[in-house]
Amino acid sequence: MKSNDQEIIVSVAGLQKSYGEVEALKDMNLEVRAGERFGLIGPDGSGKTTLLRLLIGLLVPGGGEARVLGFDPVTQAEKIKSDVGYMPQRFSLYPDLTVAENLQFFAQVYRIPKAERLRLTERLLKFSRLGPFQDRRAGALSGGMKQKLALSCTLIHTPRLLILDEPTTGVDPVSREEFWNILDDLRRQGVTVLVTTPYMDEAALCDRITLVYQGKVLASGIPDEVAASFPRRIVQVFTPQPQETARALAGVCGSGAAQLFGDRVHLAVTDVDVCLRETRARLIAAQLPFTAIREGKPSLEDMFVHLIQQPTTND
Amino acid sequence: MLKPNLIPIIRKEFIHIRRDPRSLLIIIIMPLMQLILYSYAINMDVRDVKLGVLDESRTPASRDLLRRFTGSGYFLQRAALDTRDDVEPLFRQGSVKAVLVIPRDYAESIRRRTSTPVQILVDGSDSNTGAIILNTAQQLLTAASMDLSAAGYVPFQIRANIWYNPEQKSTFFIVPGLIAVLMMMICALLTSVTIAREKETGTLEEILVAPVRPFELIIGKVTPYVVLASMDALLILLVGRFWFGIPFRGSPLLVAGFSLIYLLSALSLGVLISTLARNQQIAMMIANLGTMLPSILLSGFIFPISSMPKWLQVVTLIVPARYFLEIIRGILLKGNGFDVLWPQAAFLLGLSVVLLAVSVKRFKVRLE
Repeated sequence: MKSNDQEIIVSVAGLQKSYGEVEALKDMNLEVRAGERFGLIGPDGSGKTTLLRLLIGLLVPGGGEARVLGFDPVTQAEKIKSDVGYMPQRFSLYPDLTVAENLQFFAQVYRIPKAERLRLTERLLKFSRLGPFQDRRAGALSGGMKQKLALSCTLIHTPRLLILDEPTTGVDPVSREEFWNILDDLRRQGVTVLVTTPYMDEAALCDRITLVYQGKVLASGIPDEVAASFPRRIVQVFTPQPQETARALAGVCGSGAAQLFGDRVHLAVTDVDVCLRETRARLIAAQLPFTAIREGKPSLEDMFVHLIQQPTTND
Repeated sequence: MLKPNLIPIIRKEFIHIRRDPRSLLIIIIMPLMQLILYSYAINMDVRDVKLGVLDESRTPASRDLLRRFTGSGYFLQRAALDTRDDVEPLFRQGSVKAVLVIPRDYAESIRRRTSTPVQILVDGSDSNTGAIILNTAQQLLTAASMDLSAAGYVPFQIRANIWYNPEQKSTFFIVPGLIAVLMMMICALLTSVTIAREKETGTLEEILVAPVRPFELIIGKVTPYVVLASMDALLILLVGRFWFGIPFRGSPLLVAGFSLIYLLSALSLGVLISTLARNQQIAMMIANLGTMLPSILLSGFIFPISSMPKWLQVVTLIVPARYFLEIIRGILLKGNGFDVLWPQAAFLLGLSVVLLAVSVKRFKVRLE
């Protein structure tokens, strides 16, 4: 797999899609390379799901072009399907079928020969640690287990490309971590993964990311580089009263809205030294307590918040 | 072209049915309940009609006439009236459904060979029953007057004879009709709901990205219902034949063949409805309004098409159950063959083909 690392598995150029009056995708561009884990990052309604559905041929684009494994999803969807695993955002397996029955069904639908079917099912049950639950109805599984089952069904035909739509949304933190460990295993096996997530901490786990907002690409690249390309600097305020602090610091030294990160408040500023002084002064004046004020490394979230606060230029 | 991969989808559908109490209820309990309800509760037979008698003649001749009524099995004498003013209160209370009025000069005019009116009054508030009572009473009276006029001259007896259903048993009419209604219900309702469910729960998205072709999905999903609907039809036929004693005069093969054409139309309707409905609830509603009601009300199942207003008669032309009813009643009760039933068969087939074409065309491989 290492030899063709630079092979482009998915390419999207100027892709557009509207639902009636609503423009879900305005101008989407990205490239996914073989063997990498590619993250599509953006809030709800930014067009992530629409893009994935276009790639798998479930929707027809209004304009632009897409290529998946060298095929056109509009006219050659059938060719794409056998090599791609797609996991929709909503848990969509049969709740009245057991774990094993769901796996069997998808194995049969993907025309996997009987002998291989049993071997694959067993391997996936082990891999997803669902073995002890194989006779439980899917509807009775916990959220995390449901997602692992959905992933297992998606993997039943050993696809080259895995497309996952917010696989960890609504899943507890322990299961989330476990899920990403499984994705690590897949990467080692050379499976290319295109994953969407609204969580910035998950974005950092990807090889490359694209930040999308309102159907457009805001930035893309290696997560650290995207974060480092942040045009401003970050002042962090550690405080026991983050909400009041954020309100009090709104607009200080041209920072725009202050962002809340747990017990921290982030300010995006241009001149750090001036701002450290002004911030301290304002907090003392407002009689708000704080434990520290210092410059911090911009995170992906800072970048993202900054990008979506930019006035949109042409629409 | 890969060879069709139907087995997993069919097998999965059977698992769904087995584990869903609602569909089991519709498939197993509903046919039996409807059979009982329609055959016993909505009984349109006239038996033991409560009769009031206003015998002004009070002669052996008038008692003779009355015996014809009470001895026929159709009427039970419940009241003896003295004047005409008694009629209305009895009708109002519902204690009699018909009143026989024998005039004072009844015996006298028989003797003199002159004509005299014998009157039958019928409670028409239930028009269906009323019409049947009137019909029965008229037959009895006609027979009586024929007997009288023929007495001593030509000893023949006139008997009104209603073909196919001489005892006017409504079960003969209802049970074949029930097959039409139930097949429509199971096929159209359940298939539309099962496809809508895949849409609603999002599993359709998962299947559409798998290498499953639309026809595999549709055929795989409807096959179990074809099997179950056929079994239900057979069940009703058997119960009808051996419990209700309904004749089976025509060819069973012909019944099977036409049933398949009819099933095709019902399934196409089901698939069509599933393409219109976003979720199970809506599918069920459309199926009820669009297939169940017409199959019961506009097919001639209970209400004769000939007594509907003209525009409604035109509407019945697109109700598949209408044709199938004519076919199955024709085969069972009259022993009709293909030579008689081909126009209905042609209409039904045409309708099925159109519905199938529309539903397959509307069934999308994509999400929008």
